[in-house]
Amino acid sequence: MIHSLFLINCSGDIFLEKHWKSVVSKSVCDYFFEAQEKAIDVENVPPVISTPHHYLISIYRDKIFFVSVIQTEVPPLFVIEFLHRVADTFQDYFGECSETAIKDNVVIVYELLEEMLDNGFPLATESNILKELIKPPTILRSVVNSITGSTNVGDTLPTGQLSNIPWRRAGVKYTNNEAYFDVIEEIDAIIDKSADLGQAVCSGSCILASCPGHRFHLPLCHYLQNPRLLDDVSFHPCIRFKRWESERVLSFIPPDGNFRLISYRVSSQNLVAIPVYVKHMISFKENSSSGRFDVTIGPKQNMGKTVEGVVMTVHMPKAVLNMNLTATQGSYTFDPVTKVLTWDVGKITPQKLPNLKGIVNLQSGAPKPEENPSLNIQFKIQQLAISG
Amino acid sequence: MTDSKYFTTTKKGEIFELKAELNSDKKEKKKEAVKKVIASMTVGKDVSALFPDVVNCMQTDNLELKKLVYLYLMNYAKSQPDMAIMAVNTFVKDCEDPNPLIRALAVRTMGCIRVDKITEYLCEPLRKCLKDEDPYVRKTAAVCVAKLHDINAQLVEDQGFLDTLKDLISDSNPMVVANAVAALSEIAESHPSSNLLDLNPQSINKLLTALNECTEWGQIFILDCLANYMPKDDREAQSICERVTPRLSHANSAVVLSAVKVLMKFMEMLSKDLDYYGTLLKKLAPPLVTLLSAEPELQYVALRNINLIVQKRPEILKHEMKVFFVKYNDPIYVKLEKLDIMIRLASQANIAQVLAELKEYATEVDVDFVRKAVRAIGRCAIKVEQSAERCVSTLLDLIQTKVNYVVQEAIVVIKDIFRKYPNKYESVIATLCENLDSLDEPEARAAMIWIVGEYAERIDNADELLESFLEGFHDESTQVQLQLLTAIVKLFLKKPTETQELVQQVLSLATQVADTPGLRARGYIYWRLLSTDPVAAKEVVLAEKPLISEETDLIEPTLLDELICYIGTLASVYHKPPSAFVEGSRGVVHKSLPPRTGSSESAESPDAAPSGVQATEQPAVIPTQGDLLGDLLTLDLGPPVSGPPIATSSVQMGAVDLLGGGLDSLVCLEDSAAASHSPGDGDCAHCVSVAVKCFWSTNLPGWRAPKGSFWEKLQGFLVSLTQVWLPAMKAKGLEISGTFSRQVGSISMDLVLTNKALQVMSDFAIQFNRNSFGLAPAAPLQVHAPLAPNQSVEISLPLNTVGSVMKMDPLNNLQVAVKNNIDVFYFSTLYPLHILFVEDGKMERQMFLATWKDIPNENEAQFQIKDCSLNADAVSSKLQGSNIFTIAKRNVEGQDMLYQSLKLTNGIWVLAELRIQPSNPSFTV
Repeated sequence: MIHSLFLINCSGDIFLEKHWKSVVSKSVCDYFFEAQEKAIDVENVPPVISTPHHYLISIYRDKIFFVSVIQTEVPPLFVIEFLHRVADTFQDYFGECSETAIKDNVVIVYELLEEMLDNGFPLATESNILKELIKPPTILRSVVNSITGSTNVGDTLPTGQLSNIPWRRAGVKYTNNEAYFDVIEEIDAIIDKSADLGQAVCSGSCILASCPGHRFHLPLCHYLQNPRLLDDVSFHPCIRFKRWESERVLSFIPPDGNFRLISYRVSSQNLVAIPVYVKHMISFKENSSSGRFDVTIGPKQNMGKTVEGVVMTVHMPKAVLNMNLTATQGSYTFDPVTKVLTWDVGKITPQKLPNLKGIVNLQSGAPKPEENPSLNIQFKIQQLAISG
Repeated sequence: MTDSKYFTTTKKGEIFELKAELNSDKKEKKKEAVKKVIASMTVGKDVSALFPDVVNCMQTDNLELKKLVYLYLMNYAKSQPDMAIMAVNTFVKDCEDPNPLIRALAVRTMGCIRVDKITEYLCEPLRKCLKDEDPYVRKTAAVCVAKLHDINAQLVEDQGFLDTLKDLISDSNPMVVANAVAALSEIAESHPSSNLLDLNPQSINKLLTALNECTEWGQIFILDCLANYMPKDDREAQSICERVTPRLSHANSAVVLSAVKVLMKFMEMLSKDLDYYGTLLKKLAPPLVTLLSAEPELQYVALRNINLIVQKRPEILKHEMKVFFVKYNDPIYVKLEKLDIMIRLASQANIAQVLAELKEYATEVDVDFVRKAVRAIGRCAIKVEQSAERCVSTLLDLIQTKVNYVVQEAIVVIKDIFRKYPNKYESVIATLCENLDSLDEPEARAAMIWIVGEYAERIDNADELLESFLEGFHDESTQVQLQLLTAIVKLFLKKPTETQELVQQVLSLATQVADTPGLRARGYIYWRLLSTDPVAAKEVVLAEKPLISEETDLIEPTLLDELICYIGTLASVYHKPPSAFVEGSRGVVHKSLPPRTGSSESAESPDAAPSGVQATEQPAVIPTQGDLLGDLLTLDLGPPVSGPPIATSSVQMGAVDLLGGGLDSLVCLEDSAAASHSPGDGDCAHCVSVAVKCFWSTNLPGWRAPKGSFWEKLQGFLVSLTQVWLPAMKAKGLEISGTFSRQVGSISMDLVLTNKALQVMSDFAIQFNRNSFGLAPAAPLQVHAPLAPNQSVEISLPLNTVGSVMKMDPLNNLQVAVKNNIDVFYFSTLYPLHILFVEDGKMERQMFLATWKDIPNENEAQFQIKDCSLNADAVSSKLQGSNIFTIAKRNVEGQDMLYQSLKLTNGIWVLAELRIQPSNPSFTV
């Protein structure tokens, strides 16, 4: 099982170590640093590294490497899932999962890690239970603590840990009996030069915010009508799988607080249309150190909803030195080190289409770049379900 | 108020200051001090000096303080065992606390303190806690048993904790069940022999019930445990599958993958015509696809596993090609995996799409990825015949881009395509020749030279081209030199008139100037062939080559089946069985897929016939694998480093060192050629076939498979091949390759030790494990000078057969331990049996007849050797070369019958009857 955990920042300092069994020397991380050096880019460090005596399984989250050391045959997914859970918990507790946040709360971090894993076996990973055991730090609480001398650690038994529904505390009561659901759908599509859809995956999740303590029966009428619409669903453990199988009803006792109820995936066959289009003109002249760049983004018909939060990022070829562009809307930045062009467009109004055009300066003498830059466009549309 | 202030105190008297604070009366100050201590501990500062002071704070009602002290104790108890005893009383008291949280905390912490004295005190509280009324305490105690087992296994067994743990599997609380399973699995891992997780239908039923209700982590433990169960029939398998299927829609990807493992394994048992089988196949695809939308690390592990699943059951994902298309922002390790799976899924139906994608990838930025993409195009061409044309034109397009590494990679790939579809795409050669100058990597140069040599008759200026390469012969890598040598010989055989000078030049370069033994040996062979028998040379060098296999990189089916049992584990990420890399696996239990019941398919029975005779004549001591290893370990060579003997199938043959033995191989050529035909030498023949396989999979273009009459010569070559016995990566940089030979009555083992590590190696010693024929070194291993990095040394070690005898399986298996100043390494190898045939193996005719009749039937074995067309006289003279003597010869019904005898070093006679038919002799022993 999981032996030790090292937290390493981008510059290669080990700023926290935790051992659940015997102590493993820090030097084991040298193998990790070696792999990191080889990978050049931080994102490209392979997640599973074998060393003569141990295996290092790592994840990279928020500029921190979570490197776990294992000694025996353990499912790597188990470890990776757990590490992500640790990062999520830090995020949940401290609002951000950064080196400073962890250093500021090192004792809580230590207590959390101790609670989450016992001898390498996960113990309590549900945030509800953890919060009962170890209270998250707040400014108010730290003030109160320092005055009254009370502690951060709960001295009652975490009730949820004993019940069969570990995600919920006992005796939670709310005065108003209402629940809010956020349905977030994302499409992830690749479109080639000639506007043919290369690949599109629509994934959605239903997030329940604030809820009363009763049992829920949520008939999914929409999916009921067309159950084949969903390619794959994964549920929060609170959902009763039997009722979903037989009646297509989501029946569950919700946890306390926000949580992801289900997530689902719809494959491209069912997709209606991608709601934006891009007109692009990027060309590099032969034998001269410049090129032209002209991109326009426009909305397609999308039931009268506006497209918001549009951000375009382009990875330019290595030969690009800098870019001289003018944007009709929003602002752009070009990072000459990573060669990434970012254009923050904002809202698109159909009357005046945002456009970005100008000159690309190339390294003099460099050959014409071979590769075609890929445009990455993110946007949001409120109150529109792509899956239909 | 943050904790970072705890880090800021770096004054000199820090420890002293903390000590004072810890002993302060004020609760608040105490707590702050403990926090500071913990903070220093987390960054690796040594605060063990404060041990007594911190332990003093332990007796408190404040839960947080208690926890902090416990944290400290866990870290430092090991270094201060005597002090830790002070804490025992508090622990024992806490185990009786009315609050179950404190009871659990106490028992948990005690388990983490790895001090023998404390564990003694732990037993009683632990026993109580295992039977505690509160499930939280029980589940914590279950894990504690595993901890205790890790510290003192004997104690756990003596105290009967294992039985209590087994009882917990039928606990009413699913969390307790899950933890008990997890603890038992961990204990079982270090005790493969003990039957701890004794699964029967009842316990399986309990596990399946608990599966639905426990936490995600518990589900993983239970599913992994289920995967080890062997259902007794297909009905049971189906019912388990039905109950596991819902786990496929769990949010935790590890649960999903573990469920996939159980399903993949039990699916083996289901009949293919069952409706349920089809449904199950359909259900498996979506969750696997969903795994690919997770974080990149998860994707990577999932992809490695999907790679296995796709090879085992391609039908599951055959329609999902698109999800494996690479995204530009995927990390490189994900990209490469996706590419691999794309090729595996490529079929006639989707090849157009795949090729379009691959062509895009070939214009990407990342060089490694581009190379792999170009290779992928070649693999597609080889895999899907209909697409070959399109692939070739795509490759030509890429060559036109003139991007250096793309061109080089494309040429290597095109060479493979030529191998697969000979005489089909020669039209592209002209284009390739244009790019000759830009090639600077050895592999690409070698490929290009091969192409020129192979199609020399169609390239007008082939001699000029090759001559231009020859100018820089010295600076080329061995690969290119070998290729150039072969290509020029080919050219000479095709156009003998114009190129005589060239061939002489290259032969003298290869034999006189070159310092690589392989190159020299090859040069001599060609020289002799050309000078003695040009016709034969033509047949050898220009022989028709077998087509290269479709998928050279497929995992071997048996290994694949084993790996399927390990889906979701490290083994599946490395695509190696755990025995090959998991440290401390004391005799790993090999898992195998269950045989399919209820269908017509039946498992193939392994044929172990060849060595039948010897086996029955040997004293039948068949020790278990574990004992063997134990024996090796007791050799007094140094500290026992456990590592399972390298499976013989994984012994890799060094293709580049094909003729590494240099001239030796020429000398013993005839010897071993004959030996490979000897009737008693089935294993040897097998060894040859393995070698041939390796031979082809290495794809060295210059090597050709002589067919027909040259087959036996090839076998001769291969038997005396140097094999890499111990790859460098397994032995901290020491690579050992070697071969066995027999010359004038003595056996020797020729070793090449190469130091691939950075430090100097010295103090070499060698020892053999007991083996079937009592082989033992006759002299100590003598390496006179320390071996510097990147240096290699050749040693011939004389052997005798006076060592102790033990039956091995296979019979000619030899386990060797080599020691140097760094460590002790173990490897095992197969030696050719013919080295054991003694010179006085000729039996009197009368005696032969008498003995022949006396052989009981069960000692007889029959097998056939194919593809050999020698006449009887040739066979007998060749066999004699390796001490197999012909007693009589007669002709029955147009077949030559040869009666032969040979004697092994241990005095066993083997009698053989050789029946020679045209191309199909059969042997009776």
